[in-house]
Amino acid sequence: MSVFTPNRRGLIKSGALLGTGLAMPTIFTAGSAAAYTNAPTGSGVTLGFNVPQSGPYADEGADELRAYELAVEHLNGGGDGGMMNTFSSKALSGNGILGNKVNYVTGDTQTKSDAARASAKSMIEKDGAVMITGGSSSGVAIAVQGLCQEAGVIFMAGLTHSNDTTGKDKKANGFRHFFNGYMSAAALAPVLEEMYGPDRNAYHLTADYTWGWTQQESIQAATEAKGWETVNNVLTPLATQDFSSYVAPVLNSGADILVLNHYGGNMINSLTSAVQFGLRDKQVNGKNFEIVVPLYSRLMAKGAGENVKGIFGSTNWHWSLTDAGSQAFVKSFGEKYGFPPSQAAHTVYCQTMLYADAAERAGTFNPCGIAEALEGFDFDGLGNGPTHYRADDHQCFKDVLVVKGKDNPTSDFDLLEVVQVTPRAQVEYAPDHPMFAGGALGKCNPGA
Amino acid sequence: MLKYNDKVLMIVFAILVLTGPVILAPFGAGYPDLLQRFAIFGILAVGYNILFGLTGYLSFGHAAFLGVGSYSTVWMFKLLTMNIIPGMILAIIMSGLFALLIGFITLRRSGIYFSILTLAFAQMSYSLAYSVLTPITNGETGLQIRLADARILDPKNESGSLPSTNLFGFEMNDTWRTTFMGMDLQFNVGFYVCAVILIAAFYVSIRIFRSPFGLMLRAVKTNQNRLMYTGINTKPYTLAAFVISGMYAGLAGALLASMDPLAGAERMQWTESGSIVLMVILGGAGTLLGPVLGAGVIKYFEAIFSRINDNVLHGWFDFLPGFLETFMVWIIHPFVGKGWSLTLGAVFMIIVIFLPGGLMEGANRINKRFGKQKRGSADNAKAPAE
Repeated sequence: MSVFTPNRRGLIKSGALLGTGLAMPTIFTAGSAAAYTNAPTGSGVTLGFNVPQSGPYADEGADELRAYELAVEHLNGGGDGGMMNTFSSKALSGNGILGNKVNYVTGDTQTKSDAARASAKSMIEKDGAVMITGGSSSGVAIAVQGLCQEAGVIFMAGLTHSNDTTGKDKKANGFRHFFNGYMSAAALAPVLEEMYGPDRNAYHLTADYTWGWTQQESIQAATEAKGWETVNNVLTPLATQDFSSYVAPVLNSGADILVLNHYGGNMINSLTSAVQFGLRDKQVNGKNFEIVVPLYSRLMAKGAGENVKGIFGSTNWHWSLTDAGSQAFVKSFGEKYGFPPSQAAHTVYCQTMLYADAAERAGTFNPCGIAEALEGFDFDGLGNGPTHYRADDHQCFKDVLVVKGKDNPTSDFDLLEVVQVTPRAQVEYAPDHPMFAGGALGKCNPGA
Repeated sequence: MLKYNDKVLMIVFAILVLTGPVILAPFGAGYPDLLQRFAIFGILAVGYNILFGLTGYLSFGHAAFLGVGSYSTVWMFKLLTMNIIPGMILAIIMSGLFALLIGFITLRRSGIYFSILTLAFAQMSYSLAYSVLTPITNGETGLQIRLADARILDPKNESGSLPSTNLFGFEMNDTWRTTFMGMDLQFNVGFYVCAVILIAAFYVSIRIFRSPFGLMLRAVKTNQNRLMYTGINTKPYTLAAFVISGMYAGLAGALLASMDPLAGAERMQWTESGSIVLMVILGGAGTLLGPVLGAGVIKYFEAIFSRINDNVLHGWFDFLPGFLETFMVWIIHPFVGKGWSLTLGAVFMIIVIFLPGGLMEGANRINKRFGKQKRGSADNAKAPAE
């Protein structure tokens, strides 16, 4: 960083004096000889980790950053290699990517589209990042994905669960490993029907942005197909801290199920509020009142404490899975940080590995080459069983976990139990499904 | 026309702005996105200063105009053309109308009541953009351009990738990179568009400051009651100042959207309005150059300090023995990265306490000290031999 270079005065003076006029014709060399944006120049390759370090998703962001650091360590040959050993593709060998040492820069998205784009832009323009990854909010992910498409770098989406990310806002340079609202609904609805019966009245509280909207739409469609009624859907601003004014009307609405389409800090606050209002002890229409949280994570369960016991939801991955990939990841993450990783950590680790592997297989960092290597790619050993990166919309397809808040947790981390591993076939959908229609992938853009 | 001093100021200012990519490169700030932000928020601060610096009316709602400008511009990109001119024109008109409406209502009060009213209006606009007007603003996700947009003036886009914003064919994100004395210099079309507009905005601001109209606005700040006793109706003057500064903000919003075609509701939040006030006060309210400096300092903190992580810190203190290195990193850690606003807050407090006139007062004091010494020596020389 040249911020505190000791001789900056001299530099400024000479810069201002010589500046545009003197040396312009001779010393200046044309910059854009490369075939794509930010081609590595030999000293290493820079990845941009753009995660929320403040705002309602800060916990997830912090865990993502840990996983990124771990992934970089493994790529550069440090540590025990983690999931590189269980990954079905063996292109990576621990000497960086294509022989380039992996460096990284970090930024704070503040969970705001503007700030996230500014941060990603400076990574691309200033630090020369060839790939941007991260994000714990679909609004941010979509905004940054759009930017990467324009700038000509690859975007490996982190935690983004909105249908739109690979639906109407899909981009040729953007890839998503995480599952989405539609898949959550397809996995969750049969379990909910089995547990709570087919004649239920649901009341939705929904985070007011793309993720909330599409997840609510998906859950409503899937549960109504099972015979449920939807009483009401109330949108809550993302920045809401106190949900009591949203929870109070639920009591007299005649609903017997509350669906919280909230994530991170939002979910912790709304669930706590709902439990404090005594919703879970109530009887409505002769049935026990129940709460459902369609998208769950261990970090949220930890934040909400006692209140999550017995509450159903879905998740992308959980550290208690026993396959070799998951165990290898939990082991190396646990050894480095002293606790198990969250699903956010898992997904960004996978995305980093998948990018590196695609670059190795393609033999280039050119976004078009990488996109080609990832499209239609089948792999295994990254913790979710056999997985497929679909070419039509750049969405990954894999098994989805239905989880429940544990009744008798044995530790701070053992808060969720896996109720069912929903097979991939049950959550798959056609690329032109109405909930995903209206967008176009466009062509890959290598920039420059 | 401009007086001699103003001409010098104008020329120096123009040179400084146009050589921005060279001057700022050693500070790690010479990349297009940040340079554009310097220029854009400079325009915003110059406009805000016309209201706050001259009339003393403290508006906490200017971010709303910024947002209106951005949304108007992105809609022009979606409907008409990717050329930035129609977007800028619509943005200035819309934010002007919006400012006229808000100003007409809020300027019935002055002082703290005016500030609170503008704050309330800005918050209302933010909530409208965030949820109620979602069909127009796309809510939290922000308004973006898509492949399928109409763009009736542009030729049909068959490339399969999103078009870039341009000015008659010059694309905003075109950058000419070069290496000069070991520094990576980036000359970006978008920045030069912003820079030229900033210089024009600065020129208009000088003219307003030196005009009878500007004098009237200063009179409002000094003693509004006396003006009214002499039979002058001050409201048209303050309203005009409010609308002009609103249009400046709209123009800044249009440029933000032109450099990066996305408009988000966060742009209109009250914290943004607050940071505009900070920029102007930090630089020196009522001075010509101050607001631009203040905007630069704040954006610099936001962009550079927020991205210093522990890795970078360890790099700086690498030369120290292990425990000292860890100690230094531990001390500095809370003030960088996500703690950048803490550092900014501290700097702001120091400046307000010791230099109430902002950075410009600091510059003047230094100037005066040197000036005095010179005069002192001149006096000595003239001392009569007794």
